[in-house]
This record gives sequence, C-alpha cells and structure tokens, in this order.
Amino acid sequence: MKTRETDTDLSRRSFLKVSLMASGALMVGVGFGGQSLASGGKDETWVPNLYVRIDHDGTVTIVSKNPEAGQGVKTAFPMVVAECLEVDWKDVRVEQAPLDDRYGRQVVGGSRGTPDGWDDLRIAGTGALYMLREAAASLWGVPAGDCSASSGTIRHAGSGKSARYAELLDKAATLPVPDVAALSLKSRPEDFNLLGRFVPGVDNHKILTGQPLFGADVRLEGMLYAVYEKCPTFAGKVKNANIDEVRSLPGITHAFVVDGTNELTGLLPGIAIVAESWWQADSARSKLKVEWDTSHSDSTADFDRQAASLAGGSGKTMRHDGNVEEALGSATKIVEASYYYPFVSHANLEPQNCTAVFKESGKMEIWAPSQNPKSGRALVSRVLDIPQDRIHVNLTRIGGGFGRKLRSDFMVEAAWIARAVKRPVQLQWTREDDMRHDFYRPAGWHHFRAGLDDSGRMSAFDHHFITFGNGGETISGAGLSADHYPAGLVPNFRLRQSLIETHVPTGPWRSPGHSAYCFAYQGFFDEVAEAAGRDQLEFRLDLLSRSFGEPPLDLKRTSDTLRIAAEKAGWGRSAGPGRGLGMAFHFDHGGFVSHVAEVVADGPNIRVEKVWSGIDVGPVINLSGARNQVEGCVVDALSTAQLEITFAGGATEQSNFHDYGLLRFNQAPEIECHFIQSDHPPMGLGEPPIAPATPAITNAIYAATGIRVRELPLRRAGISA
Amino acid sequence: MNQVKLSINGQIHSLDLPPDMPLLWALRDKLDMTGTKYGCGIGICGSCTVLVDGRPAQSCRLPAAKLEGKEIVTIEGLAPNGDHPVQRAWDEEDVPQCGYCQGGQVLTAAALLERNPNPGDEDIDQAMSNVLCRCGTYFRIRKAIKRAALEIAAGEPA
Ligand code: FES
Ligand code: FES
Repeated sequence: MKTRETDTDLSRRSFLKVSLMASGALMVGVGFGGQSLASGGKDETWVPNLYVRIDHDGTVTIVSKNPEAGQGVKTAFPMVVAECLEVDWKDVRVEQAPLDDRYGRQVVGGSRGTPDGWDDLRIAGTGALYMLREAAASLWGVPAGDCSASSGTIRHAGSGKSARYAELLDKAATLPVPDVAALSLKSRPEDFNLLGRFVPGVDNHKILTGQPLFGADVRLEGMLYAVYEKCPTFAGKVKNANIDEVRSLPGITHAFVVDGTNELTGLLPGIAIVAESWWQADSARSKLKVEWDTSHSDSTADFDRQAASLAGGSGKTMRHDGNVEEALGSATKIVEASYYYPFVSHANLEPQNCTAVFKESGKMEIWAPSQNPKSGRALVSRVLDIPQDRIHVNLTRIGGGFGRKLRSDFMVEAAWIARAVKRPVQLQWTREDDMRHDFYRPAGWHHFRAGLDDSGRMSAFDHHFITFGNGGETISGAGLSADHYPAGLVPNFRLRQSLIETHVPTGPWRSPGHSAYCFAYQGFFDEVAEAAGRDQLEFRLDLLSRSFGEPPLDLKRTSDTLRIAAEKAGWGRSAGPGRGLGMAFHFDHGGFVSHVAEVVADGPNIRVEKVWSGIDVGPVINLSGARNQVEGCVVDALSTAQLEITFAGGATEQSNFHDYGLLRFNQAPEIECHFIQSDHPPMGLGEPPIAPATPAITNAIYAATGIRVRELPLRRAGISA
Repeated sequence: MNQVKLSINGQIHSLDLPPDMPLLWALRDKLDMTGTKYGCGIGICGSCTVLVDGRPAQSCRLPAAKLEGKEIVTIEGLAPNGDHPVQRAWDEEDVPQCGYCQGGQVLTAAALLERNPNPGDEDIDQAMSNVLCRCGTYFRIRKAIKRAALEIAAGEPA
C-alpha cells in the first residue's frame, strides 16, 4: 500500500491521508493527528477517524464509526461526505465499523455525534474531491480551478473533457495531499445539494425484509442461549438456589451462580441458566427457587415521606443572585407551586442482549447493541481480568437506546457466562429483567416561589429542588445545573437542593435531567404568566429579552424557535370550546426547541391533536432523520407523561408493558416541524426536542381543561390521554 | 421433543420442538429466522407479529405445535426483495427509527390492506394499535399506509 499524507495546522487539528489500496481503490482518511503527528505522520498503523474509499467501479464506501440506535447517524454522516465529494447518493455504500480506538469517540449519547463528526466528514469528502480534481487537471494540463465536479465526474468546460472519478484514482494517489486548513468546506444550506433533503435510512431494506441487524440476530456455530436471574432487590446476593434441579431440566446445558460484585453498573450477582434454545433456558428459569440476601428496602412510599420532610428544610444553596427573600418581601404578588415527576424506565423495545465467545487463544469477541462499547469493553476487561486489546467488540444495530445502553451490565454478564461455558453464548434478557433492572430516570420534587413586580415581571425566583443522592453526592441522572435558566434571567435567584439517599440504579435517560425538570419550570412559568395577567408567548419572549450577568442560553435563538412555533400554530387564535394551546421553550445538548401543542378535551379525557415545533440545530443534514427525532421525542414525551416506575421492598414494582404501557398508535399526535437553519454548526437532535414537549402538552391540557398538571403521571391530575 | 411440520413462507419445515415452544422461539432459535422480534413475551407489544393464514398473530403466544396445517408468513417472507407496496411505502416515508418493531408493523399493515385496501383513519387506528413503537414512528406509519393504499389502488400488485 502506497501512502502519502500531510499534517495540518493545529487550528483544525485534522490530518488527511491518501492511500492506493492493493485493489486499486483510493482511500482517503481523516482524523486527529495525535500520535501520528508526534511520529512525523509516518505511523503505518495509523487508521483514520473515518475514511472514504472510491472503488474502480465508481462505488464510494464510507465507514460509519458510531453505533446506530435509530438516531440516523449511519445515514446522516455518509450524506455529509457524499455532499462534499459531489457523488450521487445511490453510489454510496455505508460500512459499520467495529469498536476500534483509532476511530476516536464511538458513542451514541449527548446528541454529540453530529457536532463531533461535522468537520472530519467534510474534510474527508472535500479532501478526496480536491485530489481527484487535481488529478484531472494535471492529466489534461489545465488549471484545477477550471474543473468542476458533479455526480462522480470531473469536467473541464473549456475543452469539453470529462472523467469519472474511478478513472482518476491512480493519478490522484500520486499527488500531494492538500493542506486541510486550505480546503474550503461547504457549510451553509445554500451550498448543499444533498444535505437538507429527505433521505431514507441506509438500513431500511434490511429492516423491512427482516434480515439480521440487531444484537440478538447474531447466530454463531454451536451457540447456546442464556438467561440471567438477578435479585429483584438491587444487588442482592444468592444465598441458596435449587441449581441442581434446574440443571436437570430439558435442554439445559449449564446452570450456575455468579457471585458478581455489588457495583450497580457492573456484574451484579445472579444465576445463569444456559440451554440449547432460549425458550428452554427461560422455561427452566420459572422453576428456579432462590433465596436472596438483601441489604435494603427502598420504596416509593419512603421516598415520598422523605421528600415531604425535606421540603420543610432549607436545603443546600447551590446559587444565590441578589437577595431572594428581600425581593419576595417587596413583590406585588407571589406565586407558589410544587411540581413532581416519578421515576421512569427506558423501555427500549429491544430488551438487553449480548453475544459473546471466549476463544481458546484467550481472546473474547462480543457482539453488543451498546451505545458506549468502549466503556463496555473496559468493564469486561476489569471484571474478567482480560486485557482490553484481547477483547474485540462488534457493534450491532441498537433497538432503541435512549441512554439505557450507555450502561454495559448486559455485556459483562454475557462475557462472564461465555467464558464459563466455553461456547458462544447469546444472553437475552426478558422484558421483566429489562424493566426491573433498568437505570431509571430519577424522580424529582420542585418547590417554586416567584415574586412579581409592578410590571408583571419576575423579580425573584426561589427554587428548592429535591433529588436523589448516595453518600451525599447526586447520583447519575439526578441533580441540576445551578446555572440553568431562569438563573440569569431574573435579578434575584436562588437554587437550593436536598438529597434523598437511595440504592436504586439510575442513569442518563434521553436528555438527562432536562426531559424531567423542563416540565416543572415551564409549567410554573405558565402559572406565573397567568398570575401576572400576561399572554404566555409575550411573557416568555419578555423573559428571554434580557439577562442578569451571563445569559443561561442564547436568548435570540431560543426566542426565534418559540416565535416560529407560535406563529405556525396560530397562537392567539381562539381554540374553541374544549380545546387549548400550550407552549414551552428549552435548550439542551446544543439544540434550541420550542413546541406549541393543541389538546382536545372531553372532561378529563384528552387527546393531543397536533404539535408545532420550532427547531434550531443549525443546518439540517437529513431532513427525514431530523424530523424523525422531533416526532419521536414528542411521542416519547406524551408516552412518558403517563408512566411511572415505583419501588417496594427495594425492588421495582412494574415488570412489563401491561403495567408500563407505552403510548399506542391511536394516541399519537400529528407533528409539524419548522427548522430555522441558523448560521451555526449542526447539532444532534436525538435529545433536544423532548424536554419542552412535556410542558407544551401539560400547558395545553390546562388551557383545554382548566386542570393544572403539577404531578406526573397525568392520571395523578385526573387526566387520561 | 415433538415432531412438528410447519409451513413458513411457503416452505415446509419439519422440526423437533420442545412441547409448548412458541412459534417465536422456533423461528428464532431453531430456524435462525431472526426477523421476528421478541419484545415482551406476553402478547402486548406486537414485535413478534407474524401472519397466520393472512391474519396478524403474536408468535410469542402461539405454541408452534398448534400451527400445523396453517400458512405462516414472517417478515422475511412478505416479499424478500422488499417490493411489497407496504415495504416500499415504509422506505419512501422512511418510517423506521431503530427498526426493532417494524417487522411487526409492516406485516400488520400488509394484512390490513389485504382486508381493506382503502382504510380510513379509524380502521388504521384499530389495526395498528396492537403494535408498539418505542421510537414513536406512529405518525409516519399512518402516512405510509395511506401511500401504500394509493399505490395499490393505482394497480400495483399487493
Ligand atoms: S413479544 Fe410477542 S407481543 Fe411482545
Ligand atoms: S422504530 Fe424503534 S421501536 Fe419502532
């Protein structure tokens, strides 16, 4: 393989490399310099962050390094390369990369895929095109600047010459690699031909014809199937179990106790049952009798009691601007309200699963629907004491992530069982396992007081937030940034926090924190605006019109999304009897989203008929993928607003969709998206649309019914959707 | 073990199955046909939907041994090249997000259109409310069903 490369200015810190493969294909890679720069860029083992390969038949192959969980990255990223390379989308193939440190970050989460990839993807496409254009120009003896490119062809208008990219590969490979900093990268919607269009997902054909794609679709020679029983009370240990009896049941090849550790995110203690078919393993499990050693008995009733008593206390002050008590003392009006939301589960439709084989060579190979395979590999390495470089992780399509699959408990369980049985094993959790052993989004209580001045503006905002902790530290998915709005939007602001100790496993759940507390803030704003006798839109735009110190969010971008959602919904119109409109704005994970919801009510029975969304995440890459995320987030918000997870005796009370009933088809609203393609780099959309969707809906419920939803799920307010 | 003869996607399979093994697991673990998905195991989510004599059924609740003599169609068999009007509409509207539920959605929609080539919103609600989608693709499913109905009406073979 012949290789030529260049390192570039540190402002862009990227590195471009062109190689001619033995097959004659041209490979253009881009990545961060890192070690390669240090070694003078001559490191032969260097593998780019991503690469584009152009084959002799004109096919363009783009590697997709991030896991795909339905957020659309496997389609959106290659679109960026295709745009910059000027090739037709139909000529592009996408390859899923395995976990490999040389690809850098390989995570679905935090809506970070898009901003992280944007530069590299454009550099790869633009750099490759640059080389091809130079190749044509030098073959034809014309200035490269006179050559144009489209649909995989370079053309020279003056001479009428043209060449397909495939014909230029050999020449291109001999040319110097361009300076990345000098490449002019497309960045605005008016430059785009492909970006911003509605492009169907690259895996659609496989999905729609039932071909293997997902974790549990992996089939290996001699593979066995496993179930893993854990203590319903989190982290309980096995005292006694009728293992011998279970092992003698039909089809069972292995049954054994796993001691595990007491780390909630690691390998919890349990019993593995392995069989020739999953059904037999699961049937045997129903005969299992285990005596567990449990150490705690957390319960929802107890959390409620503690929250009520903490509410009377002062909490720990996290931020205090001005003087809240004084400002409340001189306010013309004080509005007070308390909000609550429960624990909820991720409930991905694909229950956790993982396939693993421990080879005689001492190497472990894993197939995992993981949002964060790197941390999964680290966990497997630590618990099984296998060096990381002896663990290979293949990324399968993920049947819904929402943050659940950032945790790797299912990977370490599968790896442990596979090593014990010395055969390939597929671990498949039941739905019950999945719901009882989630890392839940924590419940929270918000006690608000707002003081209004003569002009109906908030002069003071006092907030006591009761959330969860362990050992005095907030736990994963709990807590709240002290700088969250309305901090910085009101002259006197105070946030106090109190913690309830818990053993319940918690973790990031789609737009962690935001998806929960936005409901409380924006519901309370509705109450404040009403108490001030002001229009909801006018009140919010005014709130976003000035700041005190550092603004907590971009005021203009936020206001613009609210304005457009309101305008499209016809804000100000009379909705008619039994109908109402509600609104909310929010900013998280780099995205600005506002929604207006319209609700139709028949007494306490409501239906969310339509939602209008104003969105600013910079230029839209794939219109279909972007809309899909907005639509999905709105449905998720409406679904989750009707659900709760409760605990008794240290265990989760819900177990399957009969008592955790996700939203069904007939309840889904229509959703209309309006994108503001602002002049900022593009951001991901998997998370930002969900947080404001819940309060837009609950505020619309108030407008339609007069019932203020201050507690979720909706049925606590007597509402049924 | 029971000897069971099943007709799946037009092919006869003779299988040795544990008694009571649901069709879902016979498909997945005995035939390595993994297009039919496990979601809840209690007949609520519809991820495991197959067609039995043309009607949608939850394969996690159907003992395979009771299906002898019936025509079973799984997502792999609806139209393996993906050119059923429902599959095409699903792609054109780009319905799938994660995709896990979509086999069940497509088969349910195909059965609906087979019975009722021009369904109204209420017919669609009724038929499709048996299949959960955690990603929230419902709005697009409605559009895709309407698109497929138009294609069928325009003379495409269903
Ligand atoms: S898996 Fe059969 S209905 Fe859910
Ligand atoms: S597309 Fe993910 S569950 Fe339906």
